[in-house]
Amino acid sequence: MASAATSRFDPTRILLYALLGVLAVLFLMPVYVMLDNSFKTLDEIRGGNLMALPHDWTIAPWTAAWSTAQIGVQPTGLKPYFTNSFLLVVPAVAISTLIGALNGYILTQFKFRGADLLFAAMLFSVFMPFQIVLIPMARTLGLLGIAGTIKGLVFVNVVYGIGFTTLFFRNYYAAFPGELIRSARMDGAGFFGVLWRILLPNSAPIVVVTVIWQFTNIWNEFLFGASFSNYKSYPLTVALNNLVNSSTGVKEYNVHFAGAFIAAIPTLVVYLVSGKYFVRGLMAGSVKG
Amino acid sequence: MRAGILPKLLISPSVLLVLVSVYGFIMFTIYLSFTGSTLLPSYSWAGTASYHRLFGLENWDVSLHNLVVFATLYILVAGVLGLALAILIDQQVRGEGLFRSVFLYPMALSLIVTGTAWKWLLDPGVGLEHSLHDLGWESFGFDWIKDGDMAIYCVVIAAVWQTTGFVMALFLAGLRGVDSEVVNAARIDGARPWQVYWRVIIPQLGPMFVSAFVILAHMAIKSYDLVIALTNGGPGRSTWLPSVFMYQYTFTRNEMSVGAASAVLMLGAISIVVLPYLVGEYRKAKNG
Repeated sequence: MASAATSRFDPTRILLYALLGVLAVLFLMPVYVMLDNSFKTLDEIRGGNLMALPHDWTIAPWTAAWSTAQIGVQPTGLKPYFTNSFLLVVPAVAISTLIGALNGYILTQFKFRGADLLFAAMLFSVFMPFQIVLIPMARTLGLLGIAGTIKGLVFVNVVYGIGFTTLFFRNYYAAFPGELIRSARMDGAGFFGVLWRILLPNSAPIVVVTVIWQFTNIWNEFLFGASFSNYKSYPLTVALNNLVNSSTGVKEYNVHFAGAFIAAIPTLVVYLVSGKYFVRGLMAGSVKG
Repeated sequence: MRAGILPKLLISPSVLLVLVSVYGFIMFTIYLSFTGSTLLPSYSWAGTASYHRLFGLENWDVSLHNLVVFATLYILVAGVLGLALAILIDQQVRGEGLFRSVFLYPMALSLIVTGTAWKWLLDPGVGLEHSLHDLGWESFGFDWIKDGDMAIYCVVIAAVWQTTGFVMALFLAGLRGVDSEVVNAARIDGARPWQVYWRVIIPQLGPMFVSAFVILAHMAIKSYDLVIALTNGGPGRSTWLPSVFMYQYTFTRNEMSVGAASAVLMLGAISIVVLPYLVGEYRKAKNG
């Protein structure tokens, strides 16, 4: 919307860049502080300035956060919980994405009574406060014999993730060219033929969007993890919170910063590599229709 | 194409899951809120006793008051700042992609990570206050996170940092969809740039304002992780929100029916915000 002709040294342009620059620095600061101080000794943090670069670089906070820091009562570091989060995220993302693709296909390509109502009901589950299902879900996981396990967390995250994945695939397939599907049907393709040969090979963008969205959400999830896991099955977010908030005695800020950064790395890497798709997921998740 | 048996069969597990684990569970929690459940669910009807107890609890008052303060400030600040960032970035800025990425990356982080970073940044002993003292500004004081009256504002700061980029992206998408003919006509009529924004462009962003409001409001009501990581509800209980209240009463204070009642009220609040929006979007999709 800016006027097309702007001279190179227009003072308002300089002000604009200055303002954007200052804001960008403010937005980057917390992560800079995290990273910077994770390489300092505790004495240096206490004695110095949070913004200054480390004087004596040390990776001790990282090794401590990774393998020796106290999580609850166990001096295991975050390592086992990092593994837990992967064991949770990989199946939960795969299963919820597959179900979403199937639901999107059925909801857009077949007519049956109550289809719109069903979709609306799924959509609301995306917004509801999960506090409303915590108590019965705790009972259900117990009845299913998967309370306190990673399997249980996979189940919970799939159940409350299919609203999103169905939304993504439904909107994508609703805009899919109908002729392609019709001609495939004429050629004798059945239910799975259309899905395997026509829809899925053309679904790469929405699969990427969905996988990134689900990966980020489930990796960062805390409430279900805190409610339904125990010290063996904690996801990384819960372990990190234990590390930071339950440590008694000396507060090891540098270890906390290193730990927080370890928890942030996977989603940050995904964001840096494919930010475009992440934004698309955000938009698809917010502007419905 | 009319659905045969196969599509219906294949979608039925999802239907069943949603029916049971969303709507069935909602009914179950609503029922529990009318019982006298303590440590474990009990199914004996107790009427509205737990709601009476809830409204009489000072912890609930504090949580509710905090939610009003937090939600109002969070929605306003993130909304205004997000719109401002979108307008700044929309000035044919060089390196637009880079700026957008920088403002949006906090959305990719876990709120536990955000909470940890801001917890120590705002801590007077190590964070900003300490650093500015070290730089020679001895009189600088910023200890809100240790002050029961001010700590809730720290939650606002961290939450705004996390989500402003998202609001920016939302408004930026809206700005790119504005009718350029109307804008050019206003320019030719001699309107100043800020007038063009105020009178022509921003009024066209109505749907974006609605989306931003609904999303921020429902995030505010659901906020839990950030409070736990940043202040753990403290100092004292000064940063409790209804979500914290629910967890505390249900899982640590063994007053399950009171916890259930608070969850029902949270659901009610979110429904008031979200349902009209969903119905509106649904109608639009059907007619358009």
